[in-house]
Amino acid sequence: MSRIELRGVQKRFGDQHVLRDIDLVIEPGEFCVFVGPSGCGKSTLLRLLAGLDEPSEGAISIAGRRVEHTPPAERDVAMVFQSYALYPHMTAYENMAFGLRYRKLAEAEIHRRVREAARMLDMENLLQRKPRDLSGGQRQRVAIGRAIVRQPSVFLFDEPLSNLDAALRVRTRVELARLHRALGSASMVYVTHDQVEAMTLADKIVLLRPAAERGELPSIAQCGHPLELYHHPANSFVAGFIGSPGMNFLPATVQAMADSGVTLRTGAQPCEARVAAAGLAAGEPVTIGIRPEHVRLGEGPGSGRVSHVEQLGEYAYVYLAGHDGPLANGVTPKGGPLAPEPALLVKTTRDDLQVGDRLAYTLPPEALHLFRQDGRAQPRLATAH
Amino acid sequence: MSRNTWTRWLGRAGYALASALLLFVTLAPLVVAVSSSFKQREGLFSPELWPTQPTLDNYLTLFRDQPFAHNLLNSALVAIGVVGLSMLLGLMAAWALARVDFRGRGLLLLTILAASMFPQVAVLSGMFELVRVLGLYDSLGALLLADLMLTLPFTVWVLVTFTRQLPRELEEAAAMDGVGPLTLVFRIFAPLLAPAMVATGLLAFIAAWNEFLFALTFTLSTEQRTVPVAMALISAPSKFELPWGALMAASVIVTLPLLLLVLVFQRRIVSGLTQGAVKG
Repeated sequence: MSRIELRGVQKRFGDQHVLRDIDLVIEPGEFCVFVGPSGCGKSTLLRLLAGLDEPSEGAISIAGRRVEHTPPAERDVAMVFQSYALYPHMTAYENMAFGLRYRKLAEAEIHRRVREAARMLDMENLLQRKPRDLSGGQRQRVAIGRAIVRQPSVFLFDEPLSNLDAALRVRTRVELARLHRALGSASMVYVTHDQVEAMTLADKIVLLRPAAERGELPSIAQCGHPLELYHHPANSFVAGFIGSPGMNFLPATVQAMADSGVTLRTGAQPCEARVAAAGLAAGEPVTIGIRPEHVRLGEGPGSGRVSHVEQLGEYAYVYLAGHDGPLANGVTPKGGPLAPEPALLVKTTRDDLQVGDRLAYTLPPEALHLFRQDGRAQPRLATAH
Repeated sequence: MSRNTWTRWLGRAGYALASALLLFVTLAPLVVAVSSSFKQREGLFSPELWPTQPTLDNYLTLFRDQPFAHNLLNSALVAIGVVGLSMLLGLMAAWALARVDFRGRGLLLLTILAASMFPQVAVLSGMFELVRVLGLYDSLGALLLADLMLTLPFTVWVLVTFTRQLPRELEEAAAMDGVGPLTLVFRIFAPLLAPAMVATGLLAFIAAWNEFLFALTFTLSTEQRTVPVAMALISAPSKFELPWGALMAASVIVTLPLLLLVLVFQRRIVSGLTQGAVKG
């Protein structure tokens, strides 16, 4: 059982403060995903756990043991690299057995473990091939196999799916989740920039923000169950990152507060949000957020013109323009004919919409998020489904 | 004929002429050596390309009158030893210079490069002192040591360049597997650097095999001589005659191993010197 604990971890490369004030606990058996835009330090954080980098400050412990200065091989962790990093001159079998030989394991035990891992990964017929004779997906399996045979209590994955094509990525994602269940007590820490991987795999998502976004705040923007990040983003950065396509943000002004929610005005349009009123003041400028899938079309006080439709078959993304000046996805419009018109992005199953149609819409109070000027979210009192 | 055809024809002719000139300059001395080595003493001064009465006398006298076989063995021992040592030290230095961050790394690399630019004569007396202090005078050990000065700099430089191209994640994977630097260098890097090692190893072999000045200075007895020195000291049957026949026979014999090595490793040399270390 190995609980991973990070306390006050800082990482600087020269002047760059890559990771700031990392406080994080990963429970035994948990599938934890580090996600964030490029440059947020998620890979660096993983390398700190692996022992390939040392933190500038702070404490890292695995299973109660301080490991900041412990070499990688003695941490009871195994890592799967983005490029797989297989030894090119060794067969798949030798690649998996190599590390075990250096731990002075009996040859019979090595053989048993490699066979077992190969069976789990369905690659028994590939063991005698060299990496150059394997496809990308097969190399991936060998890399995972090399981690499994070590029987570590923590698996570290550094963007393991990013070199696979789309179909294979979906399949491998499912296999990884299955593997996690099969390995039971081992924790997995997984780095990705893809929020779909994060949402589908994680027990716990750690969303990191890059230095430019965070200022003096800690690197971790929010940490929790995927649905918690989706329904209760702690700030506008999390709200904008989680969910695809991203949340609509609209400027608004607080009008009145009550126990059941807040009354606001966005442009000329009044609306209500089921969020806690604590700390708000009448007249305070705020930002409201609503996910494209939560805007209700066909009725209500709002009205807009369909400026663009993206038909995906199962559903469509509709861009509603010409309502009272909200910004879709936080994009600030600039001039020019190709500049995005301010538009409200709506996800709908209706397939009869044409560019130019006028549509009424509602922003349901239970679906609204409210962010204050510094980006922090007001606690929501209801959850839209 | 159009102007275009003319230029093409001229181009081809020029190419052929240049090739012929190059071939003549490189091959003519070798052809003369081979043909002279099969000539009898009286025939040496006749101009025909192929001797009228070919003979193996020159080769037989070479091995009969002096310990030429022994000298050949010495040369082989020195050359192989130098290649082995160069590879061993070169590989370890390459890892350190390419991958380990330490102060003065650039300066050290430049110093190594500079060392290869000193003329042999300039270091001869200093090297002599070193050899004497180490008690290596008049032994093959002296040549092993001295020849490293000629081979190590370029070995290190080529291997450093190739080591830099090896993916860093490979090294990190090895760190996760818990292997030390020596295993990393010899079990993981060395197989991947094989093409570069073949190329540099061959160049080192040629340098050590042909080396004359150090071998002349640091050895005294006939038993410790290498082939280039032994050749220079081949004596003629009479005082007023140069031993052309034996010299030419010796030249042919000393060239053959190099020729063979180059032919065997030809393809790997080219790929070793031109290609990246790891494909895919």
